[in-house]
Amino acid sequence: MDKKIDRQALVAFLNEKMDAQAEVFEDNTEGSIKVSRLKLVETMQELRENPQYKFDVLMNLSSVDYPENFTVIYHLFSIEHKHYLTVKVEISKENDCRVPSVSSVWKAAQVHEREVFDLMGVVFNGHPDLRRILLPEDFTGHPLRKDFTQQAD
Amino acid sequence: MNDIRTQEMNLNFGPQHPSTHGVYRGVFTMQGEYVTKCVNHIGYLHRGIEKLAESRTYTQFIPYNGRLDYVSGMLNEEAYVRAVEKLMGISDQIPERAEYIRVIMVELQRIASHLVFYSSMALDMAGFTPWTYGFRERDTILDLFEMAAGSRMMPNYMRFGGVAADLNEEFMPALRKLLDIMPKCMEEYHGILTGNEIFQARTKGVAPLSREKALIYGISGPSARASGIDYDLRRDEPYGIYDRFKFNVPVRQTGDTFDRYIVRMDEMAESVKILEQAYRELPEGPVLAKVPKIIKPPAGEVYHRIEHSKGHLGFHIVSDGTAKPYRLRICSPCFVNVAVFEEMAVGLHLQDAVVAFASLDIVLGEIDR
Amino acid sequence: MVLFLVWVDMFRQWLVGIGIPALPAEILIKTILVLIVIIFVLTNLIVLVWLERKFAAFYADRVGPNRLGPAGFLQFPVDIVKMLGKEDIIPGNVDRPVFKIASICAFLTAIMGWAVIPLGKGMILEDLNVGLLYFIAIGSTGTIAFVMAGFASNNKYALLGGMRTAAQMISYEIPLAFSLLGIVMITGSLSLTEIVDAQKNVWFVFPQILAFFAYFVCSIAETNRGPFDLAEGEQELVAGYFVEYSGIRYALFMVAEYTHLVAVSAIAAVVFLGGWNAPFGLTFIPGFIWMMLKIYLMIFLFMWVRWTFVRVKVEHLMHIGWKFLIPLTLFNIMITGIGVYVYRMIAG
Repeated sequence: MDKKIDRQALVAFLNEKMDAQAEVFEDNTEGSIKVSRLKLVETMQELRENPQYKFDVLMNLSSVDYPENFTVIYHLFSIEHKHYLTVKVEISKENDCRVPSVSSVWKAAQVHEREVFDLMGVVFNGHPDLRRILLPEDFTGHPLRKDFTQQAD
Repeated sequence: MNDIRTQEMNLNFGPQHPSTHGVYRGVFTMQGEYVTKCVNHIGYLHRGIEKLAESRTYTQFIPYNGRLDYVSGMLNEEAYVRAVEKLMGISDQIPERAEYIRVIMVELQRIASHLVFYSSMALDMAGFTPWTYGFRERDTILDLFEMAAGSRMMPNYMRFGGVAADLNEEFMPALRKLLDIMPKCMEEYHGILTGNEIFQARTKGVAPLSREKALIYGISGPSARASGIDYDLRRDEPYGIYDRFKFNVPVRQTGDTFDRYIVRMDEMAESVKILEQAYRELPEGPVLAKVPKIIKPPAGEVYHRIEHSKGHLGFHIVSDGTAKPYRLRICSPCFVNVAVFEEMAVGLHLQDAVVAFASLDIVLGEIDR
Repeated sequence: MVLFLVWVDMFRQWLVGIGIPALPAEILIKTILVLIVIIFVLTNLIVLVWLERKFAAFYADRVGPNRLGPAGFLQFPVDIVKMLGKEDIIPGNVDRPVFKIASICAFLTAIMGWAVIPLGKGMILEDLNVGLLYFIAIGSTGTIAFVMAGFASNNKYALLGGMRTAAQMISYEIPLAFSLLGIVMITGSLSLTEIVDAQKNVWFVFPQILAFFAYFVCSIAETNRGPFDLAEGEQELVAGYFVEYSGIRYALFMVAEYTHLVAVSAIAAVVFLGGWNAPFGLTFIPGFIWMMLKIYLMIFLFMWVRWTFVRVKVEHLMHIGWKFLIPLTLFNIMITGIGVYVYRMIAG
């Protein structure tokens, strides 16, 4: 889990190529970058296809409910180069929480995004079939949000 | 004859069905006996484990992991415990004996999980006899777990910094007995199923999965190795002490049902090899490092994955410095693997769809959490 | 046993003696004999089910039923009592008359085949001189009962099971008939008694080994057993065509299946294994006992195959039936024809 890439170079490359508004994200893992949600699909496409990076495996797609925003986190891995990258996208809670779907880049994202929609309430634009996956269809609310009160019977 | 109308039929594969490995529901649209469309419906076993984690301390959450993939309790616990140890920064302080015991438990669990795969796949084809053979050895392994951890299926054995208790004096002789009979048992499993012409006719060439598709769908574990993705975390990015063991990683190229079956059978043989080495090299010493009583990892996050019997089980833990996790996400391999069945089942005969589903080796506890 | 026939004769003479005219007496005797055969078959059933469960356990490293009766022997009768006491659930939208008589038809067609099966010298209900043809024809009518069950159940799984049964049983009729044709060519007769008499010196399993193999495989398919139990494919179709049957109706299907199994084994014993002829001249053991031993040998083979192999796919089933067994049996007929011709030339 330890081979990281040169994030400064990556951030500069992404900003230059498609104005991804990327920046290095400082946290304890030293492997994260933050990108804007506007150019997310192009950024991910580039990350997957660029031969220098070749992130062909989407390991995980999580969402975290921070007090100030929702953060959608993509854990990427390259089988060829065996390096890792974490991409974070922050969504403000004020407007409807929408993020472009990356299921056109990795099909694995389809089920992950459905789960994030189901449990956290983040809407993924462009997802082929965005509906609840784990909870029943008629469930109201999104349980993983911090303000979800546990329903007592 | 041209006024006979044919119609597609919707068939519910589950949730009550002898061959779905748990409460899974697949809605097949059938043209005769061939599947034209498959829609997965999961969530029947959703217990909200990730939400529950936010109101439990880290140590209190350890038993919950046994309920994820309930046929691989030790493996799930190891994944969680290693993730938190990485977050706490104590991954290198685990005592030697504890590491070896972890390897023994985890490889035994891997064999047990693959035996469930073997038995269930045979049973899905009405092979009642191979099913009992597989479960006979699994029972021996579960007895070993009971000796060590006190419980057969949900062991609650791993702790941060080591394992919960040392092995008693009956464990090693019993393990030796099991390792002695395993080669003969593997021969028996292969004898009754692998070479059988009916079995081969039913699995060879059925539901092939190409390497590109496997990568795009994020398939991991034995199903990915059957499709040609030569990657095993234990060999390529060893965690714990896996770099000390010599073992092969079986990889096949076609990705059909037979390959997925063979990869798991070969992996069982490799696990026996690792167990033999661990049995010989097990040192003396403590089994638990000195960790604080109340686990409070520093604020930050971690994503750690291990080579689980079903694929790569990853834990993404966000900590805010308190004794309870802020967010705990379990990226389970079966959740990702079962999504490919929707595409895999199209065009298959119903019998082939059942066998292909069995070859993906999923457990609903992990999918639904 | 000759003793049995003597009793039947004495009974007939007594009936005529007390004044009952010949024809009703004969009808009465035949009715009693039919009842005896049915009771014999059902008694066999108890032993068979016990054997099957014990065999299955033995192959699978288990013990099998061991609580009720000596070595679990009373398990099946107790199960039948349990099934008799169950509620007769008929689902809402089924075709009621067809649903109700389907299971009875299955048993009926299986037991009708017993009219021509000899259990010993002279111990045959009716020695038709087209006995073998009658048996094959009655076996074909068994298909209709399963199709009735599948269609009437108003359930997609049952429907799939019924369709599969029809296809399977029809496909295996032809090789079944062809495999027996070689025997008919050798003996020149369709009567089962004459076929057994023709085996005084050599049992037909040796010259007709190919036919025996084909007959074995076809009868597994005809009785819906073993690797060919697609119609009730438990793991895919959740009990196939009898998924909606419960209680005694379900038990009747099981009884029909085992009756058919014993009938088919008996035919194999008569046609291939020499019937009531004793091997190596051990004639102090009566023919009836030899017949039972041979029937149980065949049943043992059927059970062995069932518990060892996994189920075939529908396409392979069709492939085996049409593309492998039919050419095999035709080849056997050709060789038999040549052999008979040469034998007649040599023997003058």
